Amino acid sequence: MALDDVNLTIGANEFVTLVGPSGCGKSTLLKVIGALIKPSRGVLLHDGEPLTNPTRDVGIVFQEAVLLQWRTVLENVLLPAEILGLDKTKSRSRAMDLINLVGLSGFEKRYPRELSGGMQQRVSICRALIHNPSVLLMDEPFAALDALTREELGFELMRIWAVEKKTVVFVTHNITEAILLADRVVAMTPRPGRIARIVDIELSRPRTIAMEFTETFKSYSDQVREVIYRGARGSS
Amino acid sequence: MTVDTATAVLGAVDEKLEPGNGMVKSVIGSTLTLLALVVLWEVLVRHFQIPGWLLPSPSAIIAAMIEWRGELVQHTLVTLYETLVGFALAIAVSIPLAVAVVYSPLLQNTIYPILLTMQSTPKVAIAPLLALWIGFGAAPKIIVVFLVCFFPIVVATASGLTAVPASLIDLIRSLSASAMQTFIKIRFPTAMPHIFVGLKIAITFAVIGAVIGEFVGSENGLGYLILISTSQSRTPLAFGALVLLTVMSIVLYYAVALLERLVVPWAPRN
Repeated sequence: MALDDVNLTIGANEFVTLVGPSGCGKSTLLKVIGALIKPSRGVLLHDGEPLTNPTRDVGIVFQEAVLLQWRTVLENVLLPAEILGLDKTKSRSRAMDLINLVGLSGFEKRYPRELSGGMQQRVSICRALIHNPSVLLMDEPFAALDALTREELGFELMRIWAVEKKTVVFVTHNITEAILLADRVVAMTPRPGRIARIVDIELSRPRTIAMEFTETFKSYSDQVREVIYRGARGSS
Repeated sequence: MTVDTATAVLGAVDEKLEPGNGMVKSVIGSTLTLLALVVLWEVLVRHFQIPGWLLPSPSAIIAAMIEWRGELVQHTLVTLYETLVGFALAIAVSIPLAVAVVYSPLLQNTIYPILLTMQSTPKVAIAPLLALWIGFGAAPKIIVVFLVCFFPIVVATASGLTAVPASLIDLIRSLSASAMQTFIKIRFPTAMPHIFVGLKIAITFAVIGAVIGEFVGSENGLGYLILISTSQSRTPLAFGALVLLTVMSIVLYYAVALLERLVVPWAPRN
């Protein structure tokens, strides 16, 4: 069983991070939230309504950018709009705005192979936002990037989130990243995947690097670390 | 002279596509090696006075090729025709079949074993039967070409169509994309570089297939010419036909490779 007895309510425009060791079911939970996996027991509610099929109201970003190599940056961003049959002119101008927002102006006509890993991931964020979903699901989106790019993109994401108000569910195994980004950190433990603790992060926004070195941040970090390590020990 | 020009043109093309002149160096290097071997061949044949019907010298082969140029062109066109039609037929059948196999588990379980059996049957052994059933025209040769090209294209296409990353499939599913949209926008373009790998393998088999067909029963084509001229001890002519077969095979391979660069410029290059 990947997940057991998981009960989580996520508010609109909330930034929630799911953190935990490998095998704690955080990615599975993300897919359940995206209605890509049907839970064997239990139910997913969206605005109080049960949700069984994938909803178009969701944008997804994965660990790998998985861009289409034969499409330019702009064409990649437009893919969901094409599939959903959205208005071409409007989608195009929204795509240009998003590309601009992530700092990739001038790269619209470039192909993925011409971009760095960080730039590719920015493109995949634009692609997730093009159809203006209310929920953004991110599955370890920065895990394949180097530490500096990862930090940079974290702040970038918060800046985007401030402009494009979305409910974000962000999976990571990096505790610092989880706290720095989130309104709420959901700490999970494995075998079976359970929510061990939910920590409300009351740091002011915009967040800064300096916050990482405050006592408050450290206490959040301890609260998360404590349950994760206890859970890992308890199950082995 | 013509060879030099061809090398120069190829070099120029490669320089544009690939930064650095490593490609040019390798083209020059392999051309020089090939020339050295031909010269060595000439020298050895002359020095040991090997009779022409046993092993003709390169100069004797060239002389025979010039003397018989009319016939050689005519037979080359026959073999080229059989090769291209068989290859085209294989593409036209293999790709749709691979799509059907990938989309239908039933077909996958029923057709794949048949395909494997067909592939495991030696085509050289089938060729006489085809001659028996269809006769000595172009048709049996085209069928042999088709049979040898068919399998690599089916396998490559099928593996390409299933090479879409799982996360991309999730993304598409989250958008409730139709099967047709997924196929056109994702699966088929993803499969394209794989298909070209299959096509490049198939085209090198194709010429061999045509020659096998001609060996078994034919009145024209380069395979037939090799058979006849060998039996009449006109070995230089047989070698001439062999040279043309080799050149045809290489040219066809590079034609497919060029097409690949144009159609799937994103494919990884080796």
